Amino acid sequence: MLNLIDIVETVNMFEQENLDIRTVTMGISLLDCADSDIDKSCEKIYKKIIDKAGDFVKTVCDIECEYGVPIINKRISVTPISMLVAVSGGDPVKYAKILQKCADDTGVNFIGGYSSLVHKGFSAGDRELIESIPEALAVTDNICASVNIGSTKSGINMDAVKQMGEIVKRSAELTKDKNCIGPAKLVVLCNAPEDNPFMAGAFHGVGEPDCVIHVGVSGPGVVQSAIKKCPDGDVGEIAEIIKRTAFKITRVGQLIGNVASERLGIPFGIVDLSLAPTPAVGDSVARILEEMGLEQCGIHGTTAALAMLNDAVKKGGVTASSSVGGLSGAFIPVSEDAGMIEAASEGTLSIEKLEAMTAVCSVGLDMIVLPGKTPSEVISAIIADEAAIGMVNSKTTAVRVIPAIGKDVGDQLEFGGLLGSGPVMNINISKSPKRFIDRGGRIPAPMQSLKN
Amino acid sequence: MRSIVTIIGKDEVGITAKASTVCADLNVNIIDISQSVLKDVFVMVMLTEFEDGSKVVPKLNAEFKKLSEKSGLDIRVINEDVFNSMHKI
Repeated sequence: MLNLIDIVETVNMFEQENLDIRTVTMGISLLDCADSDIDKSCEKIYKKIIDKAGDFVKTVCDIECEYGVPIINKRISVTPISMLVAVSGGDPVKYAKILQKCADDTGVNFIGGYSSLVHKGFSAGDRELIESIPEALAVTDNICASVNIGSTKSGINMDAVKQMGEIVKRSAELTKDKNCIGPAKLVVLCNAPEDNPFMAGAFHGVGEPDCVIHVGVSGPGVVQSAIKKCPDGDVGEIAEIIKRTAFKITRVGQLIGNVASERLGIPFGIVDLSLAPTPAVGDSVARILEEMGLEQCGIHGTTAALAMLNDAVKKGGVTASSSVGGLSGAFIPVSEDAGMIEAASEGTLSIEKLEAMTAVCSVGLDMIVLPGKTPSEVISAIIADEAAIGMVNSKTTAVRVIPAIGKDVGDQLEFGGLLGSGPVMNINISKSPKRFIDRGGRIPAPMQSLKN
Repeated sequence: MRSIVTIIGKDEVGITAKASTVCADLNVNIIDISQSVLKDVFVMVMLTEFEDGSKVVPKLNAEFKKLSEKSGLDIRVINEDVFNSMHKI
């Protein structure tokens, strides 16, 4: 039989250190649902999603019970809906509503893919879909939207950047009675991966198979606990511990992915090796950095510690899985991480430091609450800065900020559940980037794009 | 399928008997048992084998939950493949 110490270690990971499979996400292509009649298109979408994912939640719940591994979310990602709008025309919100019905009837937590890819320019359906995002997010509960506005290969679409600042603001205003939940379900990406199982940025890329299963693992608590056992080790030793831990976590993700794939008769896609925090105690990425020796997350040294953590997670995970993809790195969503919430509330963690941190980890400025008075051009400028980091460093970056309408620095915005709660963070708006943002156009692709 | 049942907590008379009875009542075969005291905590591990996991595991979990509530022991049923994945290459 297995070693007793190994068995107890594993049980402790599940019992005390919040190890879980964060999400099993089924990617479904809707390309064959496109129809010039929007109602027919919606009908086909409903039929296909129910056909593919009718038993999805039950199957994953059965696996969770039989394997004794907590699986927190069951999600679906679909083809960017702008592609269907391009064929059908009409009001894109109809698609959001039918996807909500699919979410209700399949029982999944979220459906991602109310999306548009405009990194080089707008094509048919893109502008209409983007304009409809605030309403779509206001009239649905479980639909996530994303817009890819830049890439290393194509540069940054500054017209889209300008528009997205306005869309984020409008989305917050439309949902101000629901704690501005709209923009918490909307992410603006640069170098968006096509196989990301995590929300809000998940969509099913056009290069993906018809239907596929992706798995996102978690486990910040496990990493923190492993580091705790080595209080005096040097940084190299800590990196080794993180690698070993990430390997074990990823192997569980791979196992669950294989089993889900086999039972559902759908090919397995990727394991996303991300450390995804939750507001629960002992499930925080910030606490890992603090365990390494930083008095609080956000002080000088945070970027270096995070860079090492992110790299070690990848090195440990990559050999543990047949195929790694998605975002794969440490997430730093402020409102979803108890340590980040504390650091931001105490003023130790600033938005400028968070921006620096995003240069060395996945994914970006995530779940950051801004003052409600933040002008849309400042949100656009935040998006542009973040996209520039992604574009130049050939990595995914994203912005998911929530302007808290009617609130200011010192207030708190509560979302509840996995989205947590966040303090309204201070942001420098004394001088305006409006002239720069209003120029529009496209930032050309950087030298890094010329790899051929 | 094979699952590993872990029982962790304070040692007391009859733990093995009670856990074995739960298994026997559900036609779950115990292949191996091992126990030890790690850092003052009693740890018992049973390697079990049974047919039709989708039906048996929920029943095992329910019965062990009752036992856990009575005794204060932490009891968990985890598929053997999870441990093999994590600790064997």
